[in-house]
Amino acid sequence: MNTTLIFLQQYWWFIISLLGGLLVFLLFVQGGQSLLFSFGKNEQEQRMLLNLTGRKWEFTFTTLVTFGGAFFASFPLFYSTSFGGAYWVWMLILLSFILQAVSYEFQSHKGNVLGNKVYRCFLVFNGFAAPILLGTAIGTFFNGASFVVDKGAILSASMPVISYWTTPWHGLEAVANPWNVALGLAVFFLARILGTLYFLQSVSEPSIMERCRRSLLPSTLLFLLFFLAFVVHILFATGLAVDPTNGTIYPEAYKYLHNLMALPAVALTFVVGVLCVLTGIIRTLISSTYIRGIWWTGIGTVLTVLALFLIAGYNHTAYYPSVVDMQSSLTISNSSSSLFTLKVMAWVSLIIPFVLGYIIYAWRSIDTTRMNADELKNEGHY
Amino acid sequence: MNETIDPSLIDWSRAQFALTAMYHWLFVPLTLGLGLIMALMETAYYVTEDLFWKRTVKFWMKLFGINFAIGVATGIILEFEFGTNWSNYSWFVGDIFGAPLAIEGILAFFMESTFVAVMYFGWNKVSKKFHLASTWLTTIGATLSAWWILVANAWMQYPVGMEFNPDTVRNEMNDFLAVAFSPVAVNKFIHTVLSGWVLGAAFVAGISFWFLLKKRETEFAVASLKIAAWFGLIASVLCAIAGDGSAYNVGRVQPMKLAAMEALYEGHTRQGLIALGVVNPDKEAYNDSTPPVLLKLEIPNMLSWLVGRDIQTFVPGIKDIIDGGYPTTNGLALSAAEKMKKGRIAIDALAHYREAVTEGDKERAQLNRNLLKENYPYFGYGYLNKPEELIPNVPLNFYAFRIMVGLGGYFILFFALVLVACYKNKWLSGKFLQWVGILTIPLAYIAGEAGWIVSEAGRQPWAIQDVLPNSAAISRLDVSSVQTTFFVFVVLFAVLLLAEIRIMLREIKKGPEGESH
Ligand code: HEM
Repeated sequence: MNTTLIFLQQYWWFIISLLGGLLVFLLFVQGGQSLLFSFGKNEQEQRMLLNLTGRKWEFTFTTLVTFGGAFFASFPLFYSTSFGGAYWVWMLILLSFILQAVSYEFQSHKGNVLGNKVYRCFLVFNGFAAPILLGTAIGTFFNGASFVVDKGAILSASMPVISYWTTPWHGLEAVANPWNVALGLAVFFLARILGTLYFLQSVSEPSIMERCRRSLLPSTLLFLLFFLAFVVHILFATGLAVDPTNGTIYPEAYKYLHNLMALPAVALTFVVGVLCVLTGIIRTLISSTYIRGIWWTGIGTVLTVLALFLIAGYNHTAYYPSVVDMQSSLTISNSSSSLFTLKVMAWVSLIIPFVLGYIIYAWRSIDTTRMNADELKNEGHY
Repeated sequence: MNETIDPSLIDWSRAQFALTAMYHWLFVPLTLGLGLIMALMETAYYVTEDLFWKRTVKFWMKLFGINFAIGVATGIILEFEFGTNWSNYSWFVGDIFGAPLAIEGILAFFMESTFVAVMYFGWNKVSKKFHLASTWLTTIGATLSAWWILVANAWMQYPVGMEFNPDTVRNEMNDFLAVAFSPVAVNKFIHTVLSGWVLGAAFVAGISFWFLLKKRETEFAVASLKIAAWFGLIASVLCAIAGDGSAYNVGRVQPMKLAAMEALYEGHTRQGLIALGVVNPDKEAYNDSTPPVLLKLEIPNMLSWLVGRDIQTFVPGIKDIIDGGYPTTNGLALSAAEKMKKGRIAIDALAHYREAVTEGDKERAQLNRNLLKENYPYFGYGYLNKPEELIPNVPLNFYAFRIMVGLGGYFILFFALVLVACYKNKWLSGKFLQWVGILTIPLAYIAGEAGWIVSEAGRQPWAIQDVLPNSAAISRLDVSSVQTTFFVFVVLFAVLLLAEIRIMLREIKKGPEGESH
């Protein structure tokens, strides 16, 4: 096989993984939303919190859209198989994000038909649903999904659809696998930790800071419980491997463990990532004045998720295993775009550092002061 | 699961996409048009340092924000739906179609969402210059995003820069610049963005007239009106010119769409353009002798000129396209039946090619590969059952086209009149003009939606012109699933629209806030 193509497939899997990592980090917005009513006990406090996540929600949203677009462009077979098959999961994720996008603006205006409270509940709903569902969906990268891909179907005029789902649940069956749910809950509690740490850094209202600090430990314990369960599970799990010479897919015991051993840089990224996540949390827990934990834990999240995605796809692994027809499983080589498209997209990807640069610049320029009653009065938008 | 596609699945999938796309289009043009007007106003503030402009800009920005949120919310639905409801499409052309979508995210959406945050939260935090830059960048980001998504749409109407790969069973991109700068894409971008500017101008003008009607905020209203009138006049003239370019393109690359827009069944040279008319409901078959349009008022020779820039150009009608045999630049046109036959040959050749490859029969593989390549331009026709499937909904296209163009003419007159009125202040206080101004707002929305109807309903049955019909583009789902999501969207959209309108009206009634000088 063409080495440039192999390189570009790896490169694009790396970009997708990185975007996935950034997306999970940015779910601090959702984590924060899910805590709206626990941290905000009155109107003023709730508005403070809303103004804090409200100035960041668009980044998460845009990252999700870009993650989807980049996945589509680089691995279109995944997009068509998973979106068209796991219909309900994607529709629910979509719904929760639609509600989020309107709710910040609408809850702050009178005349919004449903009342402020309902829009705030929508934000809480998105806060729960998005991390849990996205996490569960990522779980299927390891635990598999029920689909068949048959490119020959295109020849049939009466049923030309090349990939289809084999359960009528269209994706909802993913929750029947406890390991998917474990990852969903791990992502959810991680998002809450990140949300809490974000508030701690951005708020100077003592009552809210107090609640943040108190909730950190329980969220951390729950996160660790689900996260470790998932990690231990995949280390012992049998994964699907692909024979690079002929594309045949076969089961391999301890596949993900082998991947970690075969890819020391990824293993290191994973370990450093987890340590960073813990460092941010622990430093916040032991010092009552430390407020910068979001950066440690945030960067740690990006690295950990990046590493998880990489072991799902690198080293000749099927990143989207089919539990009903093994040979239908998707790998980065059988599901990618053409060499030409990957090349064009690789050129486009060179703009990403520049985009990150202006995001950081703009982000910092509006985060100069911490949120309190005065700041809310002068600068509150929502 | 059944092994044939339920036709109602196609209908419901289309209905859902049409619903979300048309709903999305209620919000996007205002983002494009109002965004630019705001940027111009903030530039006035930056240059003059007059607080009047800051107050003015902040008022329009508030309305922009309400509209922006729901535009963003509905945009993501379309991106998801390509996968959820059109999964075969996503595979068959994802190699080409995915790229503009990804580029849109990387290049445009981040710009928009980063700087919109500065625009709202940065008034007292960043320098005036940076704030102004942010307002401009928000608008530029929105416009760039329109560019990429319209590139994607144009490509479906006029697929270029690609080749079918029988090994991967999909189309693959081989010329990015041909995709990104195809003449259809360029023209579509210009016409569509300008239509957003027209709408933005109509919105600002209408609301300013409302303040005049209420005798409130006169200085603010007149200043806003002046900008809207200039901007609207320029945009509507350019929009009409670009619309002429669109029609020219349609005539070249989608003759069936043009024929449907004109309800033209039997074409001629020196073909006239119907200015007004009624589609004859009694016409049943494309080849019966019932006249298709009643009470028609025609501009002689105009359609031939529009399509070929020459009155001697032959414009094929629906019957001509189905029966073939008329002259084109590539010789005589094939009939629909011949195209369907070639499409089937292409599909069969693909099947034989795949068999031969599995059997290792190189010669047979090559033979079929060549056969496939030769007949590929008609590939999509192989999925059709009868030639009539090629005919889009004629009355819908006919009327939608006339509504858009008619309103396009009206907007030019309207903005010209308002502009004159702005300089003859007396006219502005007349109730008649004020009411006309207010009622022009919904007309701008109607024109834009009518435009999309022409563009999308006109290309039926194709998801990708000549390459993939809708029936082969869908996801294999139960009809009931799509029905469920359709109705969820209907309810959600209705509630959100109501909320949006009420919030807008309330904010408008409140008027601009803060000190003015
Ligand atoms: C005044 C003369 C106008 C002409 C001759 C004209 C012509 C056209 C044509 C032929 C199309 C179909 C293009 C395609 O299928 O690719 C189109 C589409 C469209 N038009 Fe117009 N139009 C005019 C005015 C307007 C106005 C005033 C608006 C809105 C304010 C508008 C909004 C649209 C939109 C949104 C589309 C769909 C997007 C696109 O295909 O460009 N048009 N127009």
